[in-house]
Amino acid sequence: MSFTARVAPPRYPLGQALHAAAAALKAEWTKFRTVAGPSWLLAGAVMLIVAVGAAAASAVRCQSAKCGIDPAMVSFTGIGPGQAVVAVAGVLAIGNEYSTGMIKLSLTAMPRRLTWLFAKAAVLTAPVLAASVLAVAGAVLAGRLILPGHGFTPAHGYASLSSATDLRAAAGAVLYLTLIALLSLGLAAAVRDSAAAIGLVLGVLYLFPIAAAVISNPPLARHLDQIGPLPAGQDALAATGLKDLALTPWQGLGVVALWTAGALLLGALALKSRDA
Amino acid sequence: MTTKTVTPHRSPVTPERESFWYLVHAEWTKFRTVRGWVIAVLLTIAAITAFVFVSSDVSSSCVSSSGPAACPVQPTGPGGIPVVDAFYFAHQPVTGSGTITVQVTSLAGQVEVRQAGNGAPQMGPGLEPWSKAGIIIKENTSQGSAYAAMMITGSNGVRMQWDYVNDTPGLAGRVSASAPRWLRLVRDGGTITGYDSPDGTHWTLVGTATLPGLTSTVQAGLFAAGSYYDSRFCTFDSSFCTRATGVFRHIGLSWPATGWTGTTVGAPDFGVPARGTLRQSAGTLTVASFGDIGPAAGTAYGGNGQSLQRALAGTFFGLIPLIVVAAMFITAEYRRRLIWVSLTAAPRRGRLLAAKAVAIGTVGFVAGLVAATLALAIGTPLLLRAGPLAWPVSLLTEARMVVGTGALLAAAAVLALAIGTIVRRSAPAVAIVILVIVVPYLLAFGPLSGSQPQGSGPGGGGGWPLQITPAAALSVQQAVPQFHQLLAVYPLSNGYYPLAPWAGLAVECGWAAAALALAFFLLRRRDA
Repeated sequence: MSFTARVAPPRYPLGQALHAAAAALKAEWTKFRTVAGPSWLLAGAVMLIVAVGAAAASAVRCQSAKCGIDPAMVSFTGIGPGQAVVAVAGVLAIGNEYSTGMIKLSLTAMPRRLTWLFAKAAVLTAPVLAASVLAVAGAVLAGRLILPGHGFTPAHGYASLSSATDLRAAAGAVLYLTLIALLSLGLAAAVRDSAAAIGLVLGVLYLFPIAAAVISNPPLARHLDQIGPLPAGQDALAATGLKDLALTPWQGLGVVALWTAGALLLGALALKSRDA
Repeated sequence: MTTKTVTPHRSPVTPERESFWYLVHAEWTKFRTVRGWVIAVLLTIAAITAFVFVSSDVSSSCVSSSGPAACPVQPTGPGGIPVVDAFYFAHQPVTGSGTITVQVTSLAGQVEVRQAGNGAPQMGPGLEPWSKAGIIIKENTSQGSAYAAMMITGSNGVRMQWDYVNDTPGLAGRVSASAPRWLRLVRDGGTITGYDSPDGTHWTLVGTATLPGLTSTVQAGLFAAGSYYDSRFCTFDSSFCTRATGVFRHIGLSWPATGWTGTTVGAPDFGVPARGTLRQSAGTLTVASFGDIGPAAGTAYGGNGQSLQRALAGTFFGLIPLIVVAAMFITAEYRRRLIWVSLTAAPRRGRLLAAKAVAIGTVGFVAGLVAATLALAIGTPLLLRAGPLAWPVSLLTEARMVVGTGALLAAAAVLALAIGTIVRRSAPAVAIVILVIVVPYLLAFGPLSGSQPQGSGPGGGGGWPLQITPAAALSVQQAVPQFHQLLAVYPLSNGYYPLAPWAGLAVECGWAAAALALAFFLLRRRDA
């Protein structure tokens, strides 16, 4: 006696794909909110960005008109070290799956790997965006409270600290932090190991400006400032002296977005083509 | 019936397995058998070495307002050191041994008192701390020749200085008509001894200078110099330069006197034919001048030369893979639960941590040693293509740079291991170590480190980020010296650090030791 079963070939109509994506989103969101680590990391990033920004605002003095200091850049000094914490959050979103072996379970439950990666990225984006808004708002507020007492007055040419340019700088800072989190997530998916991924991300971020600072070839230094994600992102945070920047603010943000897109693409390709 | 005697269990562990070095060897085996880690450390060496080709890409031509121009050349003194040697010299030739004595009754001058609204300095009467006037014995009137001098300074009392870099204090306090200072220089062959006195009868030895190869006939006389001061406007208009005026009486020469000649040492600046003036009246000589005589370091250096440290600029690139490996050296044990096996085999937890620190520290030290040796060997000729270095580097300094780079990497590796033991997770450990070692260097260029005022003197470059964080260790690679008697600005971008070489390394080692102590405490207290 023989028994033959006919297994229907899997069909993925659009509705079912959307349903799967929604289910993946819900599952990933449950994972995110039931683990304490990411929330602590993002809270730490907010505190670091605000505290360093306030410290920098307390340290600078504008003695005369045309002192050439951008108050927005001073307020956002904390983004320099703070982005490392955001990057850790991005790396761990994927890295923890690999280090705990959870990835096998995740991919068994969600065999559509790209859908899973998309859900991971989406679930990371929302809280990082919220934390970035908080951090940037806190840094701007600290700057507005401290800087006028340190010579950043209308008499020295700092008429308003809430013009459209300042709003654009704040929006640039929020988008920059979010893009860095996604860049970290993409590289972590490509490398699979948390330590190597965070080393790679922080190397990509910090080594471009260090290289630009130590080389004495001005055209090459300017190119490094244009292609490095951190210096390009810094251009997006500027509110004054825009003519002297290597890139316009939106071009700068575009360069960061290209890096992020590249990292996510790399991660997606690696995830799709490799065994987990 | 016979009873079987049971021999008590004896551990087969031989005594040498109890030794600490056995543990270190076990940890070394763990390191060298993970291919990725070995590759990462090779990457550390390769990154530091390869970055030389980028960092030593120094243009050998300079650009002036009218297009490409020949680079300015800094005059050099004894031993090839770059010097500032531009002042007004009232002198006469003297031969053989002898003595010059003088009484100084006044030192006055002109300094920048405040800044006008348009940013130009307003000049007024006053003295810089190192404005100077006094007596000098100098081989000849060309720039960079050997000399020894006794002088009154603006606010540093009597000093003896010789051969540009040496400085010894004498009597303290300001000079005035009621409190004059007597200065004396005694030449005996190649040795010149300086004395000072408040009254011309009671003399105190200040210092002894040995000037090798000093010619028999030299120039002895009086000088004044406004002290080097980094005024942007002084380079355009000599009326914006700081000046000093010394008033001398009772000038006594043991050599036959031939009359005073006033000479501008160094090329005339700003089209002004003489840098200073000499007035003689009834036993009183007055010498006024701007310029300086001393080392050309910091912003006082006007040449195109680079600091040799540029050859080691890739250190940051090498640090990142090393930090990743050193943190994983313990975090991977936690992740793979290998820590259980390790602690079962070596139950004394402190010894395990110490063995790990010795193993990874040695790996970092050797990697730094090899990388710095290669980088200096490749980088030195590349940097010399653009001209002489900003400061000649002795073999001893090069050895300090190489060994210091090894120690810097070793301490960074131990710090990463300790942080990894404390947090037990790779990503946060790596991020923390990169944040405390690499990011402070970036902050040092930003507003947080504070700005360096003009005339701030040594120890200015970089501010607190390079004083209290582990990044302070970069000063161990410093290849250009700083001088307390030269109040130039010493910028970080020219390779000047706020701490002395070994002091900076000690700060990093302090961090590593503190982190290791906390790691030791937590490892013993916590369950693995």
